[in-house]
Amino acid sequence: MPKKYTNCAGLAGLLAALVIVPHFLKYHHQDFLIFLTINVLVVSSYRLVTLTGEWSLIHAVMMGVGAYASTLLTKSAGLSFWISLPLAGCVAGAVAAILCFPLFRMTQFYFLIGSFAAGEAIRLCWIHFIQPFGGTGGISGIPFPELGNIDFLEPVPYFYLVLVIVTLCLVLLYRIEKSRIGLTLRAVHWKAPLAESVGVDTWKYRSLAFIIGSAFVGIAGSLKVHYLGTVTPNQYGIGFMVFILIWVIVGGYATFYGAIIGVVVLSILDESFRGFEELRPAIYGLILIASILFLPSGLESVPERIRGWVSNRAAARNGPGIQG
Amino acid sequence: MDLLVQSIVNGFIQSGFFALYAVGLVLIFGVMGVVNFAHGELVMVGAYTVWFLHAQHGVPFLWTILIAIVIVTAIGMAMERFLFRPKRNDPLGGLICSIGVLFILQIAATLIGGDGPSKQVPPPYQGTFVLFESLRIPVQRVFSIAVSLAALVALWLFLTRSKMGWALRAVAQDREASSLQGINTNRISMIAISIGAAMAGLAGALTAPLTNINPHMGHNIIITAFIVTIVGGVGSLSGAVLAAVLYALFHTMVTTYFSATIATISGLLIMVLVLIIKPTGIMGRSVSD
Repeated sequence: MPKKYTNCAGLAGLLAALVIVPHFLKYHHQDFLIFLTINVLVVSSYRLVTLTGEWSLIHAVMMGVGAYASTLLTKSAGLSFWISLPLAGCVAGAVAAILCFPLFRMTQFYFLIGSFAAGEAIRLCWIHFIQPFGGTGGISGIPFPELGNIDFLEPVPYFYLVLVIVTLCLVLLYRIEKSRIGLTLRAVHWKAPLAESVGVDTWKYRSLAFIIGSAFVGIAGSLKVHYLGTVTPNQYGIGFMVFILIWVIVGGYATFYGAIIGVVVLSILDESFRGFEELRPAIYGLILIASILFLPSGLESVPERIRGWVSNRAAARNGPGIQG
Repeated sequence: MDLLVQSIVNGFIQSGFFALYAVGLVLIFGVMGVVNFAHGELVMVGAYTVWFLHAQHGVPFLWTILIAIVIVTAIGMAMERFLFRPKRNDPLGGLICSIGVLFILQIAATLIGGDGPSKQVPPPYQGTFVLFESLRIPVQRVFSIAVSLAALVALWLFLTRSKMGWALRAVAQDREASSLQGINTNRISMIAISIGAAMAGLAGALTAPLTNINPHMGHNIIITAFIVTIVGGVGSLSGAVLAAVLYALFHTMVTTYFSATIATISGLLIMVLVLIIKPTGIMGRSVSD
């Protein structure tokens, strides 16, 4: 019980810090904080999809689906941001629901390639159909949210908006993962035949995880475009997808916070490479390879490793005991 | 009518490249179980080698083809030794490592060639064959299809006639069983990736005078290679070659009559369709002749 309270206190402290911090940052660091918070939602929703053991390569495109949906709903249909935000999630979820039928007839390698192909096809459609998607140049001049006198053009109010929505989504995602559904998803991952034998419809649960994950990343997409003001097909290509993979893998995917640690640590590292702009992807590549080779269970396993290392040292100092 | 015949011929010539891309991917996946996402970048490195040595420094074209093959094969062997071998039991790990290599090779190409516009290599073989008065085939394209065909035939002979080729196919079928028969699976994996990378290097070198060379050209190549591999049947070399011919014809046709984007979209849709209806592709499963 006490551990639960310390965790809660820690989270409350973190949130309080996040509320205060932006006031002390420079303009472009405030920008950075907004995108980082959105990316936290992106990796956390991706984690829900990977809980079933299927690694999809379509998550970035799903974010784009949300982004385009929100853009078209506000700019062309004239809806307010507050309606288009949840609708963007619904549209991404609906597209995911349609894609379930072809995609979840495959597993493992085939699913990976199939999801990549489906995503690339959607992205090429944005490029090809200039009406209404605007082609390679995308769409710009996307309206900012409006609420009373708050000026969402400024980064700080927009950051608070993002923080509230992302926190809400994270709480929901966490609840889903800890619920019966989340446990069943794990069962589908590790023991699919056994789960089926006790009456779990694995297809249904894989689809469910995919739809929910896509809906949340659609919301993330909507949050991103209404701050950026533009949307282009290349923002949501395989390049961004690879970054999502890197964040999740470097952070580790055994726990809920692993992916979040990954995105926070790597983004901050990335910020500090600003000086070598053109080398950044190569540095990312090296980090990726190094972490796969030397830290296969991700950053989340670091405390565990240090603990193991310290206790080994202690054992060694106490003389050669019986080694297992 | 002329346009139709011309695009069929162009499609056939294109199919040589598609087959070279896909054969390497199939070999590496079949023998090592790794999806090599950096395969398009291996082709790109081959093309850059020709651009750098031939177009910039005047080394004869044929020599640069050989050098490109050697460089790309060396990269492939290093990937196998330092990345894929330690990650042998973790196919996802191998895939992620290859994505890391992809980034590094792209940046290396940018550093060597600089950013800015795509590079061009003037075709070393000038001139055009004119057949039936209207059909025009540049000599450079005839040369590249001839060389790709020769490489594919050599690979086929190696796999079906040599002991090493048999061993390679055995490993692709069942790694454990072939290792019990005394086949050194690590050595076979090294050979598989060497051949795959050499084919990619050759494809890159041959394609250099015919396309725009830039650090991101690997993206379209890997998509093509995926489509061809899946439609042909994962792990089937003859399937990959057949699918390469079919897809090249299809892609060239659709590009001629509609647009390249439509061609790629429909290719991807066909691939998803194949994955749904017959995931083993048009030809069986394991690496075979």
